[in-house]
Amino acid sequence: MTNPIISVEDLTVVYGGRRVLDSVSLDIQPGEVLALLGGSGSGKTTILRHIIGLERPYSGTVRIRGIDINRCSPKELKAIRRTLGVAFQECALFNSLSIEENVALPLRELTGLADPVIEIMTYMKLAAVGLGDAGKRLPTELSGGMKKRAAVARATALDPEILVFDEPSAGLDPIVAAGMDELILLLKRAFHMTILVVTHELASAFRVADRMAMLHQGSLIAVGTQDAFRASTHPRIRQFLDRVPDPIAQSAAVDHRFRELAGMTGATQ
Amino acid sequence: MNILETVGGGVNRGLAYVGGLTIQFWSALRASPRVLPVIGRRGRWREALRQMSVVGVNALPMVGIMSVCTGFILAMQAGAELRRFGALQYVMDTVAIGFTRELGPLLTAFVVSGRSGSAFSAEIGTMVVTSEIDALRTMALDPIEFVLAPRCLAAMIVIPCLSVMSNAFGILAGAAFMHMETNLRLSMYLQYVADSIYLRDVLTGVLKSLVFAAIIVNVGCREGFRVHGGPDAVGRAATSAVVWSTFLVILADVFFTAIFYLLHWH
Repeated sequence: MTNPIISVEDLTVVYGGRRVLDSVSLDIQPGEVLALLGGSGSGKTTILRHIIGLERPYSGTVRIRGIDINRCSPKELKAIRRTLGVAFQECALFNSLSIEENVALPLRELTGLADPVIEIMTYMKLAAVGLGDAGKRLPTELSGGMKKRAAVARATALDPEILVFDEPSAGLDPIVAAGMDELILLLKRAFHMTILVVTHELASAFRVADRMAMLHQGSLIAVGTQDAFRASTHPRIRQFLDRVPDPIAQSAAVDHRFRELAGMTGATQ
Repeated sequence: MNILETVGGGVNRGLAYVGGLTIQFWSALRASPRVLPVIGRRGRWREALRQMSVVGVNALPMVGIMSVCTGFILAMQAGAELRRFGALQYVMDTVAIGFTRELGPLLTAFVVSGRSGSAFSAEIGTMVVTSEIDALRTMALDPIEFVLAPRCLAAMIVIPCLSVMSNAFGILAGAAFMHMETNLRLSMYLQYVADSIYLRDVLTGVLKSLVFAAIIVNVGCREGFRVHGGPDAVGRAATSAVVWSTFLVILADVFFTAIFYLLHWH
């Protein structure tokens, strides 16, 4: 096995006394697509924010190509960030700039390329995601799916080695979401990018992923291939795969409050 | 003990806030050469220019009207009193000195803090909510350099200009009052005003307005960057940007006026 390109070790995150991530360890190999699955509130966005260096962990390390991103120099961090593209769930396009300018921004700011070259590269990136003729439009004039595509075009502007997607198909209809999956596969095939997809969409994960990982209540409960995942007997994974809902919590406190509301507290005591 | 605790806590938080602002301002100053044309990053000055137009040019009508009204009010109030002593000509001194030293910069600061301070915080707060600030950071672009520095540079250039305009409008309102009361010609009035104020009066006013500009832009942006949560937090940030910047502008005004007074710059 080669050296992992992203290596998360014992990552623990505590927000306000609550453990959001509990010593999570995860390796991502170069060139693979890893889907990080998990329900709402399982901590998958938190792990993503730590991998892309937006937040500092309580303990544990995140290494990208062997460099600890929380202990390296600002220069090293800058170099790492140049090789890391992120497509945010909210797209995060700059609303005051056109789609073209959004994609050109990292090229203009971080490279010394001449304007005509930037123009050509921007057009190539936009054409690759199927937005060749929408470059002049503002983000507010685009549909949800087009915005996601524009966000991918911007994330790939500097030809990153690693591409991170946060909920790529959230809020999209099945056809457009399937289009996003194909785009992810295209990026993997054509550019050999290492891709991390954080999602709760099973169908999408099974379509794109080489390996899958599942988070539950801040802990990683499984990492493996699609087949291993399908064959898993872990109750939480089964529940996730079979779409079984959690029972609605019926605690003693809720019961007590109902009795109180019904004026029955005296009768039961 | 409890009162002491409350007051102490409040003062502590206030000092921490001002400290945070100072650090932020320092980073913005260090980043501002990269916003300048020719020596800066290409194209970055365009954003600064756009902000100058939004913060400065678009505020001019409002600053103008408020200054004319305030100048006229000041002239009328002073005139009513001074007339009793047969010293109506001192209205001209009152308006000229009052505006150049105090009212011009202060009125401008209030208008800009209401118009642009709140806009900065809402704009940046929305960028935080929609992950745009995070996107900048993951692209290895510093939000301070990219978002704050152009606004800071723009505000520090246009707010002093606006307050000089405000001085002019206020003084002209005084001219209108004197013309109505004593039929004084405009040229005579301007001659008198030119004799009664010193360059020092104008310069202390401009210096103050530079400080006010730094306060307004940094408070506005800081409140924006601190937004956490959803759209309601953006609204709260806009409110607290105006409240904090107005409060700090007044505090800074007292401080600088006291210093100028003690240094006998009057």
